[in-house]
Order: sequence, then C-alpha cells, then structure tokens
Amino acid sequence: MSAPTDVSGAATGYRPGHTLPIRVELIRQLRRRRVQITLAFMAILPFILLGAFKIGNGSSNRNSGQLVDLATSSAINFVVFALFAAAGFLLIVVVALFFGDTVASEASWSSLKYLLAIPVPRGRLLRQKAIVAGLMSLAGLVLLPAVGLVVGLIWYGDGDMVSPTGEALPFGMALGRLGLGVVYLAINLVWVAGLALLLSVSTNAPLAAVGGAVLVSIVSEILDSITALGGLREYLPTHYAYAWADLFSTDIDWGDMARGVLSASLYGVIFTALAARRFATRDITS
Amino acid sequence: MVVVVLAVAAGAAVWYHRRQATATATTVHTQDETISVVDGPALDQHVKLDATVYLPQHTPAPAILISPGFGDTKNSVADQARQFAERGFVALAYTPRGFGDSTGQIALNSPDYEVTDARQLVSWLAGRPEVLKDAPGDPRVGVTGGSYGGALSLMLAGTDKRVDAIAPVITYNDLSQALVPNAATTGTVGQGTPAPGAFGPDGVFKRGWAGDLFAAGFTAQGSAGACGKFIAQVCQAYEQIATTGRADAQTVALLRRDSPVSVTSHITVPTLLVQGEQDTLFGLDQADANARQITAAGGKVKMIWYAGGHDGGSPSDALNQRIGDWLAYQLTGVGTDPGTGFSYDVQGSVRASGDNGAEPTVHTVTAAGYPGLTGGATQRQSIPLTGAANQLVLSPAGGAPAAVSGFPGLSGTLSAVAGRLTTDIPGEYAEFDSQPVSGQLLIAGASTVQLRVSSVPGQPSAGQAVLFAKLYDVAPNGTRTLPGAGVAPIRITGLPADGTPKTVTVTLPGVVQPVQSGHFLQLVVSTTDSNYAGLTTPSVLSVQLAGDGIAVPVVPGATGSTPLPWPQIIAIAVIVLLCLLAGIWLAARRRRGPDTDPELTEIPLVLNGISKSYPGGIKAVADLSFRVEHGQVVGLLGPNGAGKTTALRILMGLVRPTAGEIRVFGQRVRPGAPVLSRIGSFVEGSGFLPHLSGMTNLKLYWKATGRPAEQARFAEALKIAGLGDAVNRKVGNYSQGMRQRLAIAQSMLGLPDLLVLDEPTNGLDPPQIRDMREVLRRYAASGRTVLVSSHLLAEVEQTCSHVVVMHLGKLVAAGEVDEIVTGGETSFRVDDAERAADVLRDLDGIASVSDVDDDVRVEGEVHARLNGVPRSAAIDALVHAGVAVDQVGPRGRLEDAFLQLVGGESR
Repeated sequence: MSAPTDVSGAATGYRPGHTLPIRVELIRQLRRRRVQITLAFMAILPFILLGAFKIGNGSSNRNSGQLVDLATSSAINFVVFALFAAAGFLLIVVVALFFGDTVASEASWSSLKYLLAIPVPRGRLLRQKAIVAGLMSLAGLVLLPAVGLVVGLIWYGDGDMVSPTGEALPFGMALGRLGLGVVYLAINLVWVAGLALLLSVSTNAPLAAVGGAVLVSIVSEILDSITALGGLREYLPTHYAYAWADLFSTDIDWGDMARGVLSASLYGVIFTALAARRFATRDITS
Repeated sequence: MVVVVLAVAAGAAVWYHRRQATATATTVHTQDETISVVDGPALDQHVKLDATVYLPQHTPAPAILISPGFGDTKNSVADQARQFAERGFVALAYTPRGFGDSTGQIALNSPDYEVTDARQLVSWLAGRPEVLKDAPGDPRVGVTGGSYGGALSLMLAGTDKRVDAIAPVITYNDLSQALVPNAATTGTVGQGTPAPGAFGPDGVFKRGWAGDLFAAGFTAQGSAGACGKFIAQVCQAYEQIATTGRADAQTVALLRRDSPVSVTSHITVPTLLVQGEQDTLFGLDQADANARQITAAGGKVKMIWYAGGHDGGSPSDALNQRIGDWLAYQLTGVGTDPGTGFSYDVQGSVRASGDNGAEPTVHTVTAAGYPGLTGGATQRQSIPLTGAANQLVLSPAGGAPAAVSGFPGLSGTLSAVAGRLTTDIPGEYAEFDSQPVSGQLLIAGASTVQLRVSSVPGQPSAGQAVLFAKLYDVAPNGTRTLPGAGVAPIRITGLPADGTPKTVTVTLPGVVQPVQSGHFLQLVVSTTDSNYAGLTTPSVLSVQLAGDGIAVPVVPGATGSTPLPWPQIIAIAVIVLLCLLAGIWLAARRRRGPDTDPELTEIPLVLNGISKSYPGGIKAVADLSFRVEHGQVVGLLGPNGAGKTTALRILMGLVRPTAGEIRVFGQRVRPGAPVLSRIGSFVEGSGFLPHLSGMTNLKLYWKATGRPAEQARFAEALKIAGLGDAVNRKVGNYSQGMRQRLAIAQSMLGLPDLLVLDEPTNGLDPPQIRDMREVLRRYAASGRTVLVSSHLLAEVEQTCSHVVVMHLGKLVAAGEVDEIVTGGETSFRVDDAERAADVLRDLDGIASVSDVDDDVRVEGEVHARLNGVPRSAAIDALVHAGVAVDQVGPRGRLEDAFLQLVGGESR
C-alpha cells in the first residue's frame, strides 16, 4: 500500500512536474498515422515539385522572372519556391492539424479524463501538448526546406540564389536567409497555433478545431485580397504571411516582418491565454 | 490574466502607432476660383483659369502651385493638393489654358502663354492673405507637377525669381529631343553623369507617343478644325513633323523655346527631379539634362528615379510623401535636410502584397549624390561585345515590317512584361553579344557604344541611316528582356554611297536593370521600330562596332537604407517580457499549500454538501453528503440520471461542484489536486489511444504518471484484464468488453488506495462479472477501498458491503447493504396468501403484515415485519393453520428496497 509521502497527500513517487513528460507525449503522438502521414508529406513535397518541374519542362514559361520560374535556377531558389507555395495554405493546415488535435483528440478518445485523473495538472497538460504540437509543427516546417535543399542541391546545384528583384545572393548567405525565413514562418504561424489550441479546448471534435482554424485563415486571406479595405487589412492575421520574401535581397526591409511578428505574437498570446483560461475552468464531460 | 491583457494592450498600442502618425487628418477648406490672366506675346489675351485653392488649418502658410499633366485638369491633382493642405500648405491646383474649364488655346508651355499665366498665379498667391510672403508681392511658393506640369514648374522657376523650390516629376528637358530624338552623335558624349543623351540633331520622329500625346489637344471638347485646341504655331510644328517624319529648324526652335532647356540656365532654386525608369516618352536622359543644366546654373539638385513613369505608373504614396517632405523642408526648414542625394529603384517581378495590392518587389539604392554633379564621375564598366564582322542590314521599303519594342503608355501590371513583348525582324538587324556576366551587374543609367555604319556599294543607299539600338538582357535559356522597353533612335545623315563609314557614339536608353549572373547583354541594331517613323526608301547598311564594346554605367550605393522598425521590435520585446512575468506569476501561484483536514487523513472519501447545477437551473447533484470508510466496498446506486456519474466526475476533479467540498484522505479535491494520484478510476467508459496496443496504452499511461515503473504492478493489472495475447493488438480493434477490462486494469495500476469504478460490469459476460466481483472483494480485503456505481441492483447487492442510494441528484439512503435490503421484513411464499396474512396478524409481536403490496404485487406472497419473532415460530403457526409454505426469506431483494426508497415517482 502506498502511503502519502508529503503534505499534499499524493501517492509515493507522484510529482506534478513529472507527469506527462515530453518524451511520452511525443511517443503517443508520433505513433499516430495522421502525424506520420503529415510529416511524410512534408518530406515528399519537394520530390513532387521536382517531378512537376521535370514533367512540365517543355511548356514552362521562364520569362516572367517570378519565383516559380526561378525555382529551378538553384537549390535555394527551389526551396524558397517550395516554402512560398506551402506558406499560404499547407503550413497553416499542418499547424492547425497538430495544435487543433492536442486536447480535442484526447477528448474524443475519452482519454483526457484519465490523464487529468493521474492527475496531470491542467495547465501542464496544455503546455506539454502545445510543446509537442509545436515540435511536430517545427519538424514539418524544417523537414520541407531541409529535404528541398537536398533535392535542390542534387538537381539544381549550389548556385547563387537569384531573387525576384534580380539580385544574386551567394549560396552561403542565401542559406542563412532561408534559415531566417523558416524562423519567421514559425513565428508567423503562432497565431494559427493559438487559435487551434483555443478551439481544441472548446470542442470534443478534433476536426472541428482543425477546420475552424483553417477556416479563419481562409477568411482572413479572402479579406486580405480585398484591396478596398486598405489599411484595415494590416490587422488581418494572414496579412504578413509572405513578409519573409523580403529577406531575399541584399537590403533587408525588416518593417513588414517586424509587424508580422508583432501581429502573430499578439494574436498568439491572446488565443493561447484564452485557451489556457478556458481549459483551466472547463468541466470535462467527454 | 491581467498581465496578458496588459501585454496585449501595450502591443496593440504600438501596432496602431504607425497609423496614428499618418492619420492626423486636419480640416482643409477648399475654394473654387476662376483666375483671370493676361498673356500672349503682346500681353493682350484674356484667359480665365479654372483653379481650386486648398487652405490649411493654420495660415499664413507657404504655398504650393500644382500643375497637371497634358490633357488633365485641376481635378487630377486634387488628392495631392489636399495632402499638401493637410501638411499645412496653401495648395493651388489649376487647369492650364486650353484644357477643361479654362479658356484659351494650348501653347505647349510657351513662355508667352502658359508660363506667363503661371507667373500671374504666383502674383495671385501673393495677394492672398493666407499665403506666407518673403517680401511684398513675393509669396513663399514651391511648384510641382507631373509631365507637362513638371515642365511648367521648371520654366516658371527659370523665369520667375519668386519661386522658392520646384519638384518636377517625369518631365522633359527638351521637347524636340523627346519627340524627335537622335541618340547618336559624331561628337562626344559627356560620360560624367549616369544617363546622358546624345541629343543629336535631326532625330527620328517618335510617332507612337506623339500621336497619343497630341490627341488630347486635337480631340479636346470645344475644339474644331484640324488644329483642335492648339495655337497655330504648335499645330503647324506638329503637322510638319508628323507629315515628314523629321523636324525642321523652325520646329526645333519652337519646341526648344517651349521647353525647360530654354530657361534652365536661370534656375538656381533647389530642385527635386523625379524621373521614371519605365518611360519611353521622357526618359532618364531628359532628367539627366535638366540636372546638369540646373547644377551648372547654381541650383541644388536631388534626383530620384522610381520604378514607374509614363509606361509604368504614377509615383507611389511613399514617393509622394518623400516629395512632400522635400518641399516642406525647402519651404519651411522643417524636417531633416534631404540633401542632394540620388536614389534609384531596382524592380523585380515577383508580386508581393503592397499598399495597393499586388506589386512587383522593389528595392531602392541610395547614393550620396548624382554622379557627375556631386562627387566623382559615373563609373562605367566596359563590357566587350562580339558579333559577326560586317553585318548587313536591310532598311525595307516603306519601313515595313517593323520591329516591335513596346507599346507607348502601357502601364500598370503590363509594364512588367512589356520588356518581353519585343520582336526583331530577321535581316533587318545586326547583333552583338557579350559573354555571360559572372557576378551581378546592376546597370543604372545609359550605356554608350560606338558604331561604325556605312552604305554598301552596289546596294541601294538612302544617303543616310536610321537605326534603332536596343540593349537586351538575355537569360541563359535565351529569354530576352528589353529593360524599360527602351529604344535609342539614330539618324546618321550624309552617309556616302561609296561605303565610307561614319562612326557615331550612341547613347542607349537610360535604364535600371539588374543583370543576373549567367545572363549576357545583347546589342541589337535594327533598321525599323514600330513606334518611330523610320526611312521608307529601301537601303542596305553595314553595321559594325567601332570600339571595344559597351560602356555600362554603374552607380554604387547603399541598399541598407531601410531603418529598423524599432517600435515593433520594442513591442515584441515587451510582449515576450510580459509573457515571462505571467509565467513566473502563474508558477508562484501554483505553489499554494494544500488544503488538508488533519482529522480526515485516514478517511478515503468524504463528500460534504456537494451540489452541481448547470446553466438553466438543472441540478445534477443536490447537497450530496456521504462518507466512505477504509476497507469498504461501497456501491453508489441509482437509476440512470440519478447523478452518479456527475458525482464521480466531481470526485475526480473533472467537474467543479457549484457548492460543497470533497476530501480524499483529508485533502480537498480540486482539478489536479495531487491526492488524486491515490485514486484509480474508471468513469463512463474506457479511454485509450486507438492506434496503440493495449499493452502500450497501459505502459504509456503509467509513464505519463511520472511514477516509478516498479510501482505499477503491470502483471497484476494484466491478469485482471485477462486479455491474453490480445493485449498486443491495437485497442481500436477491441470489443467493448475487452476495452472495459483493460480500462479497469488501468485503474488498478499502482494499486491505488481508493478505486472508483463507474458501471464496471457493463458489457461483461456473466463469468466475467463473477470474476470482477471477486476481484473487487479481494481488492477491498487487502485494505483498500472501492467505490462502485451501478444501476444494477443485484450487482451492488452481491458485491458491496455498503451502499449509497441516489435519486434525482439527492441522497436517498446510505448504510450497510443488509440493513437497507431487509428493512426488517420477511416474506413468505404460500398457497393462500389471505389466510396466511390473517394467521400472521394473529401472532403476538408481529408489527405489520401485508399481502397486497402496493409496490410489488406478487401472487401468493405475504410480507411481515416479524419484530423479533423467530421465523420458525411464524412457520409453525402457518403450518398449523394449514397454509402450505413454499419459501421463506428476507423480504425480496435490494430491488424492492431500492424501489421503495426512490418512491413511486420514478415509475
């Protein structure tokens, strides 16, 4: 029989700070088919793009000098195009998927109540799950450019990155900028993570949380395309989604990126705080 | 939460900061005016000019005169004028003579007409009390305008000393060179500035643009006749050029007199020249000429080349802001000295989202000064060109087919592709290529090249040559781009028919073009261009390079001019800091001591007045109190909906009670209370990760507790689950019963002191139910405590030592099972119930007898409260009375007691 070891009356060996270790939560998540497929897709996407460029070689219009036409000019160009293509929707879906799944999927499996009965303190549960979702999102976000870089280096070489403004950045410098771009994307997607987390603690249906976050981002993108809204569009969370493209010139204009980071972190903090508050006070009935 | 709100508020404040800075809209009063002026060579023509004056909030203020482009009225500059007034200037926008509601005819910025009118507008401003004056009759005034209006500002500054500063935009220096240019000269071309034009005599008529431009005057409202609204001299000059394709001396003289070049030697005021890089009408060479002439005259010149022009769009809001800043400094001294620097835009083709939607990406290069004017001469990189020797080109009869270099005025989104809509006609051009450039080459200005041109003996000769030189940027895949769609028209006169060559220096169009590594330059010299009036008589020419190659201007500058966005960076830092503080605060709050009742530390469970009501007044649990003592197996009994599960959820810290408290081993239960670690639970169904095996689920669950593995007792738990090999299969494939057993096994991991099971036998088959019963009994026997909820009465009766009966959220009864079950009554199964009842009633000491039970009516049954009378005595009495007794026992089952307790309303 286990006797209480401290004034809190807890069972022997129980310490709140040791519950649901990151490693355990990672194992629980990484064995999911959904997670495996998503991460695998991020790794495969560069090959799909490569195939598309190879097949579409004959009819490609390389005249316009746009990113898509520059994509095959160097490894970095290839990666930048892959990220550019993914930034609008795919990355948002991936982040929404990982974060929207956190609590809602446990609720849908009815396993949430048993985790809370261990007890994993609610704040800690949310934190550990958010950290793991963040790690997986980051893995996806890094996997795409990393595999893309290898693919690009093999097929397109380590030539200068040619920016859409016609500037040439040497490979080393462009690689550094690419790293910064990935960092910016990671920060810029924080708002999606926060929103998906908030929806995840508010529903027992994981897909509702994921879909809700994606839906909001789509609405934001649609509104962002209405130029008549003028300056109001700056308050849309997706407005600065492509600001990282500013990195690929010798003179970096940090203005939009700083605003993008500020906007995303504000939305992220608000959504995450609401999620934490909601989860802390909510009755678990699943 | 407070900290988060603060963080959000602080961040938002900085975020909005940028907008507030620009959104200080002030009241602007406007007055429409009709200003009468007198002009003409003899100062005898009365003209009424339609104007609007925009008055700022505070007067007197410096004035800005704004003149619109050719064919436009004051309305086209209304926004600009209003912005100037918002900045605190008196802005006067007007429609020049011959256009809109202004009277008179178009004289093309003639010193006798439009320029005279403008001088009288300056006088009119001097007469306004709202305008700040340098001296009586001399207002503090700046002049700006685009194209036609820009030229007017130059000409006014050259003829009226009262003008204090000018900012001409996309305008010309010499209209004769803009409309009938010759980019070749047998003389030398100054190489000091980046974009010189050869400005040779007897040029080639820029047919496409001239037609578009003059149409505004020919088709203007109220015009009739061949000359439209033009004055006769201008009309004649245009007809002369348009019909012959060449400008005679008289026409050239008229055009030069009506151009800034006639007065630039008198301009000494600060001048901001803004010229477009996409401009085949007034190219960079026109601004270059203005800059040289004004600097020579003593004026201070600042130069801006922007990504736009007559072919590519108006200045952006940001550029207009810069123009406004420059004028503000010149007229009021407010702000930082914009100096005499030079900046040019490098345009890409990817569409980024900008203020006006999708825009090509642009970055700006800033140099300390315009080379050749301040600082040293322009660096020119010599790039060797090679081509086939002695290339012969045909100038076809009639000038057709003609090469296409672009379309005049093609603007907006098409400008990005305009440079690619080019065709050259085979046989009509000579071609000279460079090697691919190794690094990036950023051409900024007009390249120059020397050509040797000759007639070919034995072939037709026109006695002259008209050629069009173009410099392409060619990608490795062969895609050619003609930067700015620029063409350098060349006319070489007096070309001997015997083949004696003439050597000319050609100034190619001024462009800003980033030539990427691996691309090469290609000089094409063609005999035709669809936008120009070339030769119509056929001839054959030989075109050769005279020099080594092409001299490409390069203007190094700082590209790192974008300031860091400090307000945003600080706001981000503040948010990060506040989040850290919030984290520390939350961590400190969590370290609150436990709420312990020392008297109850040995009591597994005490519920005290627990209530749970939901919004809408539904009460799931009402004032529930009971105790569970050590070693008991307690059944929580009640029909579906009695509130059993809610009570258990509250006990697990999953649901917050609206009133009351629960103590487990003396510790108050809250969500996440550490004492919950001593409870093993199975509440309302199993909860497993379907993609993992039963074994992995249990292992990961235990790992999630963070407790030592040896405490788990997996073997014992697995034995209870009794899943055999199935424990290694995915839970997703389990039956309901298998999951149930696995969940109960999970609840027993670590042998918790208090085991809480909600309907544990649901979905189990009878042998399993029997085993479960045994498991629970043994579990309690080992000194632990079990709380089982069920709606199955028999289950509780057979498993539990104690029972708590709930109904409609309330406690109905609590106590030992036997006590509740019997209630002291004995039931007899007899053949004649009525007679038996009578017999029993007659027995001494029997409290009550009933044969017709209201609740349970079973044929042939009699119930009696024996009240201490031995059962054997009662049986004896019955037998003696001749009643056949079939069965005797404690009354009914828990079922009966339960139904009695919950009362009739449940049925």
